[in-house]
Amino acid sequence: MEIFGIWIAALLTLCIYSFLYKDNLFYRFAEHLFVGMSVGYGIVLSVHQGFIPFAWEPFWAAVKPFWPGVPREAGWSGLWKLIPIGVGLLFFSGVSPRHTWLIRYPTAILIGFGAGLSIPNVLRANIFEQTRGTVEPFAAVHAGTLSGWGIFEAVLMVIGVICTLTYFFFSVEHRGPLKWISKVGIAFLMIGFGSAFGNTVMGRVALLIQRVDFLINDWIGSIF
Amino acid sequence: MLSKLMNLDRRLIFIFVALAVIIPTLLPLNLPINVSEPTQKIYDYIDALPAGSTIMIAFDYGPSSLPELNPMAKAVLRHCFDKGVRVIGMTLYPFAPTLADTLITEVAEEAGAVNGEDYVFLGFRPGGEQVMLRMGISIGSVFEKDYTNTPLTEISMMKDITNYGQIDLILDLASGSTTDLWITYVNVKYNQQIAAGVTGVIVSNMYPYLQTNQLVGLMPGYLGASEYEKLIGVPEKGTQGINNASPVHVLILGLVIIGNIVFFIQRRREG
Repeated sequence: MEIFGIWIAALLTLCIYSFLYKDNLFYRFAEHLFVGMSVGYGIVLSVHQGFIPFAWEPFWAAVKPFWPGVPREAGWSGLWKLIPIGVGLLFFSGVSPRHTWLIRYPTAILIGFGAGLSIPNVLRANIFEQTRGTVEPFAAVHAGTLSGWGIFEAVLMVIGVICTLTYFFFSVEHRGPLKWISKVGIAFLMIGFGSAFGNTVMGRVALLIQRVDFLINDWIGSIF
Repeated sequence: MLSKLMNLDRRLIFIFVALAVIIPTLLPLNLPINVSEPTQKIYDYIDALPAGSTIMIAFDYGPSSLPELNPMAKAVLRHCFDKGVRVIGMTLYPFAPTLADTLITEVAEEAGAVNGEDYVFLGFRPGGEQVMLRMGISIGSVFEKDYTNTPLTEISMMKDITNYGQIDLILDLASGSTTDLWITYVNVKYNQQIAAGVTGVIVSNMYPYLQTNQLVGLMPGYLGASEYEKLIGVPEKGTQGINNASPVHVLILGLVIIGNIVFFIQRRREG
């Protein structure tokens, strides 16, 4: 059975790589198979990990005591869970043009919740902490605990931050010294993009290496 | 000659790249690996933990990022089991549970680690930041059962673990934006130590967090995996991968340089 799986995986890998020569039937077959399986898997997962435990089971637990023949003693305690389920169901009001305005309520709750949750945390993680990280080395410079190379790095970082921010400052025309500062900012941005590109190449090459390793060692290795 | 180079059939480049991968796969190279500071920091942090400490590993990646992140996960798991550090595995990525469970089980069997005592895999929960924040109050309220459907109350290693307060480090193995979320919501709100192992594609975005100590350490792609394998003394897929990747990197570097030279010469000639 394992060998069968290896053969299927190997043939599908070759089908996908055949696109490097040109678009063809085998490539499209493998692509459609992949998309179909991913969507199918995603739907099953959403139902089992999302809909059933977080919507259906609380709903059923809430309404079950009111079902004919079921004792009603502990009936009311679970009813509050119907509120979030009901609010969530309002998303489907978009299918009826007459009731589509109802979609504003769950959207407003979602945006309010998301913004309230993220704004303080994002500000601290990405603005305050990064600003601290940019200026903090100068405290070490002042204390005399930073090496010559450390001082160079600290100064370079501040220059990079100021020049890059200047490039994105559009409230005044970039002329004279501002033009040159923003040009230095572009240079820093290009270095950043170059680093990102180099790392992306490493990531993509890793995928190729793993597939070649699989084809040579697992697939061809299973034949000979 | 110049116009021939400028109009080179891209399939020729694919062949060169394929050869640069196939040849080292058949004839392995043994290039030296120097451990970088970000990887060393993760190793040192875990190495300094006393036996019985707990780390949480978030397997936030799917099959498409498996080549870079599985070797890292394997190396860190080996290190933890070897040191007697307990591991809680979980994921926020829907396609990860099967591969993460397989990997943990494989390494645990090899190290003689016992499920429920030395490690536990909690599986997947949807919700991203809500899951992270909720685990800060109670892990059991998010994951009532582990991946094998055993209630958390019946798992011995989870008896003294309620929330992040009893976890010494969270290691996020990520191919997407989850590390940002772990930092934004868990490091900021709960002051929890976070480390990351990420794919090459997103590693550039992570360095600012490293510089501000919002990340304890960082493993970048194949390179990070190979460095950690060197630190634990078990060279495996990460080391093999970086050895195979090096010729391709040299080839791509050469192609970029040649492409630029040819482009500028041609532009000068055309005036």
